[in-house]
Amino acid sequence: MRDVAVVGFAQAPNVRSTPGTTNGVEMLVPIFAQVYEQTGLSKSDIGFWCSGSSDYLAGRAFSFISAVDAIGAFPPINESHVEMDAAWALYEAWLKIRTGEVDTALVYGFGKSSAGNLRRTLALQLDPYTVAPLWPDSVGIAGLQARLGLDSGKWSEKDLAEVAARSRADAVGNPLAQVSGTHDGADLLEAPYVADPLRAHDIAPVTDGAAVIILAAAERAAEYARRPAIITGIEHRIDSPVLGARDLTRSPSTEAAGRAVGTGDVEVAELHAPFTHQELILREALGLGDDVRINPSGGALTGNPMFAAGLARIGEAANQIFSGRARKALAHATSGPALQQNLVAVLEA
Amino acid sequence: MAKQLAAVLGTGQTHHRSKRTDVSMAGLLREAIDRAMTDAQVEWRDIDAVVIGKAPDLFEGVMMPELSLADALGATGKPLLRVHTAGSVGGSTALVAASMVQSGVHRRVLTVAFEKQSESNAMWALSITPPFTMPVGAGAGGYFAPHVRSYIRRSGAPEHIGAVVAAKDRQNGSRNPYAHLRQADITVEKVRASQVLWDPIRYDETCPSSDGACAMVIGDEAAGDAVEGGAAWIHATAMRTEPTTFAGRDQVNPQAGQDAAAALWREAGITDPLHEIDTAEIYVPFSWFEPMWLENLGFMPEGEGWKLTEAGDTALGGRLPVNPSGGVLSSNPIGASGMLRFSEAAKQVMGRAGDYQVDGARRALGHAYGGGSQYFAMWVVGAGKP
Repeated sequence: MRDVAVVGFAQAPNVRSTPGTTNGVEMLVPIFAQVYEQTGLSKSDIGFWCSGSSDYLAGRAFSFISAVDAIGAFPPINESHVEMDAAWALYEAWLKIRTGEVDTALVYGFGKSSAGNLRRTLALQLDPYTVAPLWPDSVGIAGLQARLGLDSGKWSEKDLAEVAARSRADAVGNPLAQVSGTHDGADLLEAPYVADPLRAHDIAPVTDGAAVIILAAAERAAEYARRPAIITGIEHRIDSPVLGARDLTRSPSTEAAGRAVGTGDVEVAELHAPFTHQELILREALGLGDDVRINPSGGALTGNPMFAAGLARIGEAANQIFSGRARKALAHATSGPALQQNLVAVLEA
Repeated sequence: MAKQLAAVLGTGQTHHRSKRTDVSMAGLLREAIDRAMTDAQVEWRDIDAVVIGKAPDLFEGVMMPELSLADALGATGKPLLRVHTAGSVGGSTALVAASMVQSGVHRRVLTVAFEKQSESNAMWALSITPPFTMPVGAGAGGYFAPHVRSYIRRSGAPEHIGAVVAAKDRQNGSRNPYAHLRQADITVEKVRASQVLWDPIRYDETCPSSDGACAMVIGDEAAGDAVEGGAAWIHATAMRTEPTTFAGRDQVNPQAGQDAAAALWREAGITDPLHEIDTAEIYVPFSWFEPMWLENLGFMPEGEGWKLTEAGDTALGGRLPVNPSGGVLSSNPIGASGMLRFSEAAKQVMGRAGDYQVDGARRALGHAYGGGSQYFAMWVVGAGKP
């Protein structure tokens, strides 16, 4: 089956709050224009469309239907949607191109977390009969995960602060990042706990944002990008939802997906880690050594638009290939509580 | 390299009821999954990936329920995808599962769709009024009734056509052991005597609100070849979307449905669908949508779909039996309703439709639509390889 390449990527500014609607249209229209300009493609050239978003985040049913208004979908389009991070929408589009039915696809994700209380909304992802009624919120669950690693000696609070300091320093060079700055890891440790043992710097900000990627069959990719990023592997897996039934300091689904794609010789990795300790779990699961550059964009810790941040990791990894800074890049996306579901992609020049 | 062959290896569904309080969501899903896996004669180790679909999460009041259902879905350690494309989702979900096989990525994929409306309140979920969006305020029937009135005005269809469809589908449903409504003694006269809910749609012309699930196992050519009695081979697939509202939009005969059908027939090599398709499972939530979709799909010229219905040609034994399973008018677990159409089409060409089997069915259509008649998903399956 034929290969597929990323040929265009754009994202909306990562910001705490936007004035637009929860269907993302105001964030999507400008970035659609950007990827059309990058690739020279127009709406009528796109063979398949696929998006990722959440009705619960939007506080309404069918928010993705209104998002279609950002496309101008008439004449009608060949289109689908996943109720997941748009990294999985990219997976569906990747399948579609591989079947040979279409040569190009546009994938987008959007999330306006400012419309609600994100950490409580995400509690509704938990088992509705036995866990969700207790309202353990997403930051609290991540705190339990971080605590397990601290108690077992897998990481220290200083290790976590260093992840945050590096991410924020890298984000200084990213004009679309929400959080950035140069910090000393030790300074960060003087901050109070938000959810013991997590401090503000350990937790991705609440972000409004959107991202878009254009894919093309590899044999046509050179028409749309000077240095297309060929997807040489893409795999995803899910772990048990039962928080007490798995070792939360590991990520078996990431390990399995990483093994399936092959992570050797990767020069740079964009990891979707909304909490500092989760970056450490992911690096171990993927076998990424100290020689692999992690999150040059600043990563999700400096801007985490729900349902778009995973897709943006693939886009940032592709940017590394587009710009010639790397020949082989890894991208990762996560979904669900405590890194439950994970996708790993490898992109090559 | 060309698209790989894919086939339905087996299907399963739950007993559909207004409230399945005897099972959890996991239990409901497993009822359909276990039946599909038995029908397909596969074990968990044979399943490479799971694709699940359902309509809005607000219908159950659980955000992305597939996450907490991963163990029950047998997905732990495997790829799991969750599709949501409004009412067409059951069909779209099957198409995503098919693409996993057609792309050569997986050999056998489990796909399942469900709705458990008794967990929450669908009317509430549909009644949230987001800014800048005109509220419907009358549920799906209130939304679609003006389209039906417009169809009647444009086509000049006699007013009893809707009742003919409703009586036929409910009688068909009485032959289906899984159907929610099983009304063997219903007649056109009884339907016409039932209360008007949204003019001209009467109570008996309206789909029920159901809890239920449907599952299928889709496999590659080798897996399809191994099916005893023959698999249902996927001959063609199509999906199209258009916006909910724009100036000049034809909501009675939407362009997206016409385009999807044209692409479908082209891929299947069909030039005269009425003669070349043996039976059709069409998404008909309100009776009048049968003649409307017969035209939109190209089975009949515009304005003449009702003539096929009136002549009895869409009944079992007719030229084109439509919804021999009883259709959405007999069972409507929203997220699963599209997959039920797709799987009932597969059952017909596999010869596994029991008391509502269409004699000699070799090629069948499965159809689903959603949103404001703007999302379309469809497939053609056949007893022979394409």
